[in-house]
Amino acid sequence: MSLLSLTSPHTHGTNKTGRLMLTVALATLPGLIALTVFFGYGTLINLVLAAITALVCEAAILKLRNYPVGFFLKDNTALVTAVLLGLALPPFAPWWVTVVAVSFAIIFAKHLYGGIGNNPFNPAMVGYALVLISFPVQMTTTWALSWQMSGSELMSFSDTLSVIFAGNTSLADAYSGATPLDQYKHLIAKQTADVVLAEPTFNGWLNGGWEWVNLAFLAGGLFLLLKRIITWHIPVSLLLALTICALLFGHDPDLKTPLSLHLLSGATMLGAFFIATDPVSASTTPLGKLIYGAGIGIFLYIIRTWGAYPDAIAFAVLLMNFAAPFIDAYTQPRAYGHTKARRGLAKKKDAG
Amino acid sequence: MNLIPLKPVTLHEFDGGIHPAENKHQSTTQTIRPVPLPEELVLPLLQHIGNAARPLVNVGDQVLKGQKIAADQGFVSAPLHAPTSGTVSAIEERQVPHASGLSELCIVITPDGKDTWADHQGLAAELGLTESAELPLDAVLDRIRDCGIAGMGGAGFPTAVKLSPGSRSIDTLILNAAECEPYITADDMLLRERSAGVVRGAQIMLSLLDAPRCLIGIEDNKPEAAEALQSAIAESAEENRILAVVIPTKYPSGGEKQLIQILTGREVPSGGIPADVGIVCQNVATAAAVADAIDLGRPLISRITTLTGDAMTNKGNFDVLFGTPVSHLLTLGGYQPQKHERVIMGGPMMGFTLPDVTVPVVKTTNCLLAPTETELPLNNPATACIRCGLCAQACPAGLLPQQLYWFSRAQEFDKAEQHNLFDCIECGACSYVCPSSIPLVQYYRYAKGAIHEDRLAHLKSEQARERFENRLARQEREQAEKDAKRKARAEAAAKAQAAKAAAGDQDTPAKPAQVKAAASKAAPAKPELTVDDVEKKMLAQKDRIAKAAERLATAQEQGLDTVDALAKGVAKQQEKLAELEKTLTELKSSSAPSTPSAPSTPSAPAKPQPTAEDLERKIRAQKDRIAKAQERLTAAQEQGLDTVDALAKGVAKQQEKLAGLEQTLAELNTSAPAETTGENN
Repeated sequence: MSLLSLTSPHTHGTNKTGRLMLTVALATLPGLIALTVFFGYGTLINLVLAAITALVCEAAILKLRNYPVGFFLKDNTALVTAVLLGLALPPFAPWWVTVVAVSFAIIFAKHLYGGIGNNPFNPAMVGYALVLISFPVQMTTTWALSWQMSGSELMSFSDTLSVIFAGNTSLADAYSGATPLDQYKHLIAKQTADVVLAEPTFNGWLNGGWEWVNLAFLAGGLFLLLKRIITWHIPVSLLLALTICALLFGHDPDLKTPLSLHLLSGATMLGAFFIATDPVSASTTPLGKLIYGAGIGIFLYIIRTWGAYPDAIAFAVLLMNFAAPFIDAYTQPRAYGHTKARRGLAKKKDAG
Repeated sequence: MNLIPLKPVTLHEFDGGIHPAENKHQSTTQTIRPVPLPEELVLPLLQHIGNAARPLVNVGDQVLKGQKIAADQGFVSAPLHAPTSGTVSAIEERQVPHASGLSELCIVITPDGKDTWADHQGLAAELGLTESAELPLDAVLDRIRDCGIAGMGGAGFPTAVKLSPGSRSIDTLILNAAECEPYITADDMLLRERSAGVVRGAQIMLSLLDAPRCLIGIEDNKPEAAEALQSAIAESAEENRILAVVIPTKYPSGGEKQLIQILTGREVPSGGIPADVGIVCQNVATAAAVADAIDLGRPLISRITTLTGDAMTNKGNFDVLFGTPVSHLLTLGGYQPQKHERVIMGGPMMGFTLPDVTVPVVKTTNCLLAPTETELPLNNPATACIRCGLCAQACPAGLLPQQLYWFSRAQEFDKAEQHNLFDCIECGACSYVCPSSIPLVQYYRYAKGAIHEDRLAHLKSEQARERFENRLARQEREQAEKDAKRKARAEAAAKAQAAKAAAGDQDTPAKPAQVKAAASKAAPAKPELTVDDVEKKMLAQKDRIAKAAERLATAQEQGLDTVDALAKGVAKQQEKLAELEKTLTELKSSSAPSTPSAPSTPSAPAKPQPTAEDLERKIRAQKDRIAKAQERLTAAQEQGLDTVDALAKGVAKQQEKLAGLEQTLAELNTSAPAETTGENN
């Protein structure tokens, strides 16, 4: 008898990294569908392009690093990065914006830090921030208007392809415009809420299409919660902090963007449930996650309200990524049998 | 007696936990079965936590079933009994059930097949008491210790020790029937068939601990066992003291700390024991063993072990004698060879794979699991931690397994300790849920081991340092004592001298005496020196001085810092030279009077030696020497050396000598005719 010598436990759960990541990617489906229904094929095309770019970059880097390519591609982490970027980028963003963002995310933000599990910053958001800073025009003028806003039919699939790949700007102009967050922020400086909301972007009540997109991402996020892939801490504290800020500073819709717009417009729900919860770069303790999420919510509000950018998920997340290790060190939970939690850094034994 | 039944307890929940596939049904289809006697029984002397037992038998001894064959050593220890009658065939190192395949001293018994019991009887009978009488507690505790009972849940802690909590008052005895590990059904079957014994054991333990209640925690996946237990409690009319509590199935609810938390809401303090919070926790099988020991006088010689896993066809629970080789049980279980063979002692969560199937069943062997590969697939290769935190959600101890992993991996042990590494119970829940298939528990075991080693090494070096410091202190002390003594002596001497000086010039005559003594000492060396020798030496000395002076000059030129040393050297050489000169003059002065005395000595032949020819030769040599010395002198004068004076003196001396020689020659020539005539006579 030749017996195997293995370490306990000898039985294992079936939730492996590849499956977790695939579930995350699949949970974005409602959001993807909503984006496609309201804003056309742009996001879908972006997403496919992003996925291809990500997998090619990941494979190339793995090959360069002498890692088994197939084995690591199956962990689906590159796919998730690509999906998040594809969903976050403007629907009519030129193809090279997507390629630059995704390849930078995979090569620089992920692999140069050591690959999966070792990146201190959320790779998708690093890629997003890069293109947002580098190509401000392409990143702000290529947002699609929903069919409700533009009052016309959605751009056809072939037209979308030509906009994205051939840079057909005249076609794009007809279908694109500022996002509701952007628009409200600028218009409210001169007008009252009633006048602003009468704009076609808001369609009388709210941001035509965006609220459905956000609700769809919320649904996907709840699914992740249900599957215990993420915990409630980060999304709840993020949305709560954003809400409190919006109520505190923006209670008057004639002066500042109202809460409903903050919660249900832009990338709020995508950010709260899919981006901020990226486990690698987030805080990991329960209390730490609450602080981390709240930090993102607060930064989100600050940048949206007083910053130069209409939306701020990328910067808010990156800023809190910096703080995550520090937060972790001071938010250890109380362990069984201890009267209080041990927090802070380990004391050097020799010093004592 | 209070006959009001215990109120149901409010259940608490522990953090984390997992729900792995239970796989218990496979081994509960049949009743507990006996095992045919194996060819030999191998009994490790250490089957419990604490000190190993000490053999009481020798090779070749006949032993009876239940006879004590090894005695406990120290407080935390347990004796060992022969599981059947037979012959002690060996006492030697054998491989024992241990994850690392360690060997321990074992007593090997070859059964005689008769299974003859040694005399044994219940404690009441032994003490001549009636069955209903109160047993003296000391005797009960002694009996439990004497019967070798150790915790049968897994840790194997000597039961008698746990049942003597000292000054701590115990308000709850907890019997652990949770059996949360998948596959294992030993306690389940025990309760189904022998609940009465468990309840009896609980009674005995309650009286020992003077505790008011006993809670028996049992997971809700064992309804038959729970029912059997309930009726056993009812039958013994103990509802007022003993309560079976059905708890939700969740791994690791059977962990001692977790079960305590579930049943009482209390937490055992970190580094403490349950008795610190007024609780003693025992396994149900241990309770049954206690009942057997007290009522029947049967020592602990067997246990119920589950044989399970798809690699076995005959699954079930067996009453196994300790020392039965695992291979014997595998044969009994109808083991089928597999592609990736594994035999796990214990459950799939905390059990360990056996390195060899020759190892015996011991007091803590609750299960032998031989899974097929499809049943328990081998784990995937570990990939990078994605910090998902699932481990922290699963941890029943409220730890951050992920952080512990990073720290263990990076050997940042101080941080790992700060993150409560030692509160980890190694339940394996974190490894179970890890999506990256990281063997987390293994990292913690490694870190714990490394820290223990570090501590040992630190302790050792600490002791060594202390020893060294003590030695230094001792040496210093001794030196100080010596110095003090010396000082005291010196002072005393000084005083004495002062006293003498005050008394008068008594000490002055002493000095010449000393000088004389010194002279007499030096005297024996002198006669050996002839004038010639001294002269030769002087020449050599002068050479040396010249050379030294040269070196000094060059040193001075080059401004070397050896100048001082060289100058001193030269001075010394000159001193020596001066000494030699003194010797020479002394020699000469003494040789003059010695010549006249020579004739008086009986050594006549000595006198004729200095013939005229000899003297002439000497004079010639002397002249040569003078010439040479002169040369050196002129050279020295030219170079302005400070040896000039010495050389000049030397030359003068040589000339004196020459003069002396010439004089002797002259004397010789005058006296020679007389001698010659004398000779001619």
